[in-house]
Amino acid sequence: MNTLPEKRSPQSLTGMERLEKSLTTAPVHFVVIALALLWTLPTAGLLISSFRQPEALLESGWWTVFASPLNLGQFHLGNYVEVLSGQGMGQAFLNSLIITIPATVMPIAIATFAAYALAWMQFPGRQLLFVVIVGLLVVPLQMTLIPVLRAYNSLGLSGTFLAVWLAHTGYGLPLGIYLLRNYIGTLPRDLIEAAAVDGASHLKIFTRIVVPLSTPAIASFAVFQFLWVWNDLLVSLVYLGGNQNVAPVTLVLRNLVGDRGQDWHLLTAGAFISMIVPLLVFFALQRYFVRGLLAGSVKG
Amino acid sequence: MQDTSNAIRLLSAIAAIMVGSGGVIALFYGANMLVNRLPYKARSRMLPWVYMTPAIAVLTAFLILPTIRTIIISFMDRRSENFVGLDNYIFAFTNPDMLIAFRNNILWLGLVTGISVSLGLVIAVLVDRVKYEPFAKALIFLPMAISFVGASVIWRFVYAYQPPGVEQIGLLNAIAVSLGFEPIGWLVNKTVNNFALIAIMIWLQTGFAMVLLSSAVKGIPQDVVEAARIDGANEFQIFWRITIPMISSTIIVVSTTIIVLVLKVFDIVFVMTGGNLDTDVIASRMIKEMFNFRNFGRGSAIAVILLLAVIPVMVANIRRFQQQEANR
Repeated sequence: MNTLPEKRSPQSLTGMERLEKSLTTAPVHFVVIALALLWTLPTAGLLISSFRQPEALLESGWWTVFASPLNLGQFHLGNYVEVLSGQGMGQAFLNSLIITIPATVMPIAIATFAAYALAWMQFPGRQLLFVVIVGLLVVPLQMTLIPVLRAYNSLGLSGTFLAVWLAHTGYGLPLGIYLLRNYIGTLPRDLIEAAAVDGASHLKIFTRIVVPLSTPAIASFAVFQFLWVWNDLLVSLVYLGGNQNVAPVTLVLRNLVGDRGQDWHLLTAGAFISMIVPLLVFFALQRYFVRGLLAGSVKG
Repeated sequence: MQDTSNAIRLLSAIAAIMVGSGGVIALFYGANMLVNRLPYKARSRMLPWVYMTPAIAVLTAFLILPTIRTIIISFMDRRSENFVGLDNYIFAFTNPDMLIAFRNNILWLGLVTGISVSLGLVIAVLVDRVKYEPFAKALIFLPMAISFVGASVIWRFVYAYQPPGVEQIGLLNAIAVSLGFEPIGWLVNKTVNNFALIAIMIWLQTGFAMVLLSSAVKGIPQDVVEAARIDGANEFQIFWRITIPMISSTIIVVSTTIIVLVLKVFDIVFVMTGGNLDTDVIASRMIKEMFNFRNFGRGSAIAVILLLAVIPVMVANIRRFQQQEANR
């Protein structure tokens, strides 16, 4: 059953061996390709459908476009125009950016400073503080919704961007501090001590040495937090309430499902608009995302 | 008119982003400048707290205090005016709708964790042997980038139902009909609707399990596998006797992460069925009690139950962390 003689180059195989090898690896190829296809089909169907005419969408399945793939007349951009302007998806897209960018930058800044202090400064209670942060990693955010909402209501903050920025900062911080502290803690001690001996202040060490060297870890957390906030529904739903002017794409898409559940031309285009940014981030920065996942797979 | 209002929106968006992002950084620089005016000794004692205080303040305000507050509210009535003892917990464990939610959560936990971890493991091992590995992995991992809401729309379309005789536009019912079955209301039929929702989560999480397990599989020393092969072990024996034992700690981490995530699953149920037709889970019940019925006592009690369920994971994380620190 020794079927994988990887060390030898294909040329050195005899015809029989080559046949045997491809026969035994065929099931592997079959399973991998079948699963990859199965995983892609639902999204592909959505993407193709979002360009089809509204009537055609309701009359036939999206796979029927493959009967005449060259007939470009069956595709159009009208669904996107309608959902962007008519259904408020354009405003929502802008809102999502307004929510997501500060809700990513704020926890990064706060977490990096805290992680540096936890890793390289001496102060009482340091170890205990970090244990508490590790504990907070898995606290369900449902535990915080009611008191925070009440506080927001009495402060008049509900329905504002500030409310979601702060909430996302709070929910993202434990993971950020945890990831960054573990990374910053592994930077070479000599480097930081040498800088301190040369008279560099903590702020200088932090901005000139620690932050540049920690970019991979910061990038991992940034990608993670960005996707988390962009894709969030619960936090926006609770703290933004019914304020449509500030609603992000996830909230508008959800309302679209509720109000126009059978208008597939709107739902497919709307869903794709909500997915385009995460997909771009994902493809461009997949490496960092995976690294963040590997390091942070303890988050709750 | 339209153009100017769009321009104003865009400008205010940029302003909001700058204020939100720049504010925090300005805060640190300001505090640092203030501390630098102190004498050296006081400065080195104060500086760690300048770096830590924003984090401590945010964590306290958004996680620690609300958690304590929620525990207190869970022993009070709907408007948090009177203590009601354990009433909310008795409700949570006896109400028929809550019991259905518990049943569903157990189904979710077992099926999502079991299937996505085992499928992720199988893919991780198989994909290691094909040349197009990165491409196949990216396709299966891709759903990780999609929101629960987006995934819900994708799958609503897969499950779409048309009455018999009309052409089906949902992939699944089109297959069912072409095989000679009646179309099925996947989200309406009470025997299948929970499984239809669970399938979405499996679709989302298998890629996560695969990526983590795949990097663990690649970490297995090649000479161990070679030695087993030379001793005559076949691929299945290698999988069961070498691969699985050697990556068992990763399997546990992946499983607990998925368990914690599934415990809190909310968006999929909320968007797909609104929890109707016996599809509620604990987290969606909590939002219902909170928003629809305005009963903050019961909502809080349900949240506390979620917290209790993740406490074993929390303890395990802290233990693992302390071991790591001891080894440093």
